[in-house]
Formats: sequence, structure tokens, C-alpha cells
Amino acid sequence: MDKLLRILSENSDYTTSELANILGEEEDAIETRIADYEKNGIIKGHRAIVDFENVEDSGVTAYIELKVTPLKEKGFDEVAETIVGFDEVASVYLMAGTYDLALIVKGDTIQDISSFVSRKLSALDGILSTATHFILKRYKDDGVILSEIPDDERRCMQF
Amino acid sequence: MDYTKRLNNTIQQVKPSGIRRFFDIVSEMDDVISLSIGEPDFRTPWHVSKAAIDSLEKGRTWYTPNRGFEKLRDEISSFVKRKYNLTYSAKEEILVTVGGSEALDLAMRCLLNPGDEVLIHQPSFVCYEPLTLMAGATPVVINTQQENCFRLTAQELEDAITPKTKLLVLSYPNNPTGAIMRRGDLEAIAEVIIKHDLMVISDEIYSELTYGDRHVSLASIEGMRERTIVINGFSKAFAMTGWRLGYAMGPAPIIDMMTKLHQFGIMSAPTVAQYAAIEALRNGDKDIDKMRDEYEMRKRYVVGEFNAMGLECFEPNGAFYSFPCIKSTGLTSEEFCTKLLASKKVAIVPGNAFGESGEGYVRVSYSYSLKHLKEAISRIKEFLQELNV
Repeated sequence: MDKLLRILSENSDYTTSELANILGEEEDAIETRIADYEKNGIIKGHRAIVDFENVEDSGVTAYIELKVTPLKEKGFDEVAETIVGFDEVASVYLMAGTYDLALIVKGDTIQDISSFVSRKLSALDGILSTATHFILKRYKDDGVILSEIPDDERRCMQF
Repeated sequence: MDYTKRLNNTIQQVKPSGIRRFFDIVSEMDDVISLSIGEPDFRTPWHVSKAAIDSLEKGRTWYTPNRGFEKLRDEISSFVKRKYNLTYSAKEEILVTVGGSEALDLAMRCLLNPGDEVLIHQPSFVCYEPLTLMAGATPVVINTQQENCFRLTAQELEDAITPKTKLLVLSYPNNPTGAIMRRGDLEAIAEVIIKHDLMVISDEIYSELTYGDRHVSLASIEGMRERTIVINGFSKAFAMTGWRLGYAMGPAPIIDMMTKLHQFGIMSAPTVAQYAAIEALRNGDKDIDKMRDEYEMRKRYVVGEFNAMGLECFEPNGAFYSFPCIKSTGLTSEEFCTKLLASKKVAIVPGNAFGESGEGYVRVSYSYSLKHLKEAISRIKEFLQELNV
């Protein structure tokens, strides 16, 4: 994978000149690559990584396993594409293993999620079963440690 | 009680570091953002730690042979063959020590007699002069120059040699400058070393951390093996500083003598660390590559930023330090570091900590995450703007 993408996916806050230094390339080349990634939809946007654990009223998150009957032509895609359209759904993945789709769903309250599952999700054609797990605490999200990061234990001054 | 009469004279005469005052200030301050650490920020690779844990679970907690486990010495032997084309017999020419530091101390004490002169190039790691003095010999400093990329030149070496010169301590990749010696540079000094029949301790602890050119060991230069003790270890290559494990390689009569000292003073290096080291040498190449890659990105970032802010920074090709020149600010190294610490709470090391020739420079470690470096660099930028230079 392009190192540029890795660095930006960890922190999009670098200037072009900083990225040029880090990667040992020209600024122009970096700018062109980023523009290309944006044009081709590889870079979809930039946003802050929020630790919602520490935000009041940040709502609840559920991880939902779905078993689905695949359709003849489109397999799991059709139902997945319908699910993608719901605002409550943050992520949708096709899985290998004992269930077919995994969803991350967000709501203000447990009731919101419960009604989403019972009214919207279960009502879809092809859904065989759902299993809903509520997330209690986040320790690490997308490579970012959210629990308290221990101080640098190395001695501050060394030769 | 007057302890000065009871303590060893030689050791009392060894002066503590001149910049201790600065260190005291740093250690008393809170919320300091440090760029002054001399060890990897990475954790020891998990499979390496796991090997150590396994050995503990199995109760393998006895002494090892004085020289270290034979299978560890075998692995060291094949590692240095593979990496630097060095040939050392595991049985007779390798000694496992408590860090590279112990190996340095043993080598000095085994080679030196009172009156011998030891050539030490500076800026360099701080222990060579004190160890020389404690071995009863006389340190002679050679100041390397930025215009020579802080390499030791044949001429500088030749100029420092007297009839009393016995030993050269060579330290590349270099802490604090990040300089390396290429094959040609080593061949040039080897000629002088052979001509004057000197011995060399070659401290190659940063040998796995070079960027661009791969490390060349002095002992691989023709005619040098018989007069060189190579010091290396696990701290920097495998992020294993706290395990305290290093090794010395050299001609059997010297390693025998060092083993004698080691046997009486230390017995054997830590057993648990030796198990970890075997795993590191067998399966750790990928870990080294990954860490090196990461250091190299940080290096380019830090060096690029210093040059951009007008502090000329020599291009380091090894270790994890940059050594920007701060002469343009009109401040001394210590003034620069003290003011930076007071106004921006950023701790870096004054260059003169590594010898007088480090005056006018500061050592900035990039053994930190890019995020940490970015914050520290932006504070240094603000500091320079406020200085108005």
C-alpha cells in the first residue's frame, strides 16, 4: 500500500511540505497523488477522530450480525445496498463465517436501535435472523487507542 | 568521615558530565515534551518477548555458560555473516555481555595499560573517555568536522597518533551526529591503523539502523580483523534496551581475556534475555526492516523541517539522531537548549554533551512517533520566530 495513504489515514493534518519531507518526494508529486486519490474516490474525505466515550449524550452503538438468504443474481449485494441507505447504519461488512453481514448501528437510545432492528431491518426480504450486541466501552477504534494512553516511561534525558 | 581518602583515586578523578546542571533542570520540570531520548520508542517485537516468557514458564532460569549460550553465539555468528560478511567462531571469538556497554568496558580493561593513549573521535557517545580513564589510560580526543560529514579522516587520525597511541575507539553509525563511515572511508583509516600497528574497538551498536547505504563493519576491511574488537548488541536493532544484552567479537586471545574478566565480574549475561535474543536473531529481520522504515520517514521529516526553519542540518545516514547546527542563532548549545526548555518546554540535548566539538549543535532524537515530533517541531519553530533570527 502507498505510504502516503497510510500516513493520511492515521492523521490528515500534515501539510504538503511535511508529507514531502516524510516521504522524501517533491511537493508537486504529493499534491498530484492526493488529487488523484480524491478524484478516484480512494480518499473520500477528512474528519476528526472523536472519542465518543467522553462525550455526553453520544448515544449507543450496536454490532449486529445478520444471516441473509442470498438472491440468485445479486447474492448479498442487494440487501446490503438497501441497508447502506439507512441513516442509523454506520458500517456494513460482508463476512466469512457463521453469519453473512455485520453492521455497526448508532442510535440515541437502546430503544432507537431496538425499533430499527424490529421494524426496519427484520422487515427486509431475505433476512433470516439478527443478533444484536451492544458496545459497552471502546478501547481502540480504527487504530486509535481511546483508553488512557500510558505516559512515555522512558527516562526523559538520555545520552 | 572523609571519604575522598577511602575512595579510588582514578574513579574520583573522572568528572561527571559538564551539562549535568541542564539535566537537573529538565528532570525537575513537568509536562516537558522530550526529543532527547537515546533508545527506540518501539516495543520489543512480541514473538521475541514470547520466547522469553516461554523460557520462564519452563523454569529455565539458571546461569548460562560464561560466554553465553552456545546456540546464541551460533546465531550471532550466522547473523553477522549474513549481514556484514564477518566470520567469527561461535566457540572462540564471541562473548555475550550485559549490553554493549559491558563489552566496551571489558575490551578497554583487557587492552590498556597505564600510559597508553586512546584515540576517541568526538562528538560521540559519552562513555569512551570515562572508561579509558578508569582503565588507567589516557584519552586523546579527535574532533570530527561537519564538512567531512563528521567522519573520521585518515589525516585527522594520523595527526593524533603519538608513540604512546595504542587504541582507537571507532563509533559509527554515530551517536549524536547520525554520521556513518562508508567502505572507502574505512579503507582510508585502516591504512593508517595498520601502519601504526594500532588496535581498534569498533562500537557498531547502531549497525542495523542505516538509511540508504548498508553498514560496513571495520572488521570486514582487509587486515583489520586481527586488530579489531567489534561491539554490538540487541538494544537498538531489536528495540531491546532494557534486556541488557550485547556481544563482543574479536580474536580468540582477546575474547579469552575478556571472558576471564566477565566470568569474575558478571558470571553470565541474563538467561531470560538470551532466550529472547535467540528468537530475535532467528526471526527478527522483518521487525528490523519495519522499524528502520519508520525511523527513515521520521528522519526525513525532522531534517527537512530543521533545514526549512533555517537551522542547517547535516544529513544523518544512521542511528536515530539529527544534529542541527544552531550557530546562526548566536546562542551556545546550552543557552539554546535552556531557553527552548524554559519558553516552549521542549527538551533536546546540547551538542557539547558529546564533546567540545559538539558546541554549536544540538542533538534531536527522532525515536518518537510522527505525531510527537510534529508537536515538538512546531514549538521549536515558534521559539525561533520569537528569537527573531
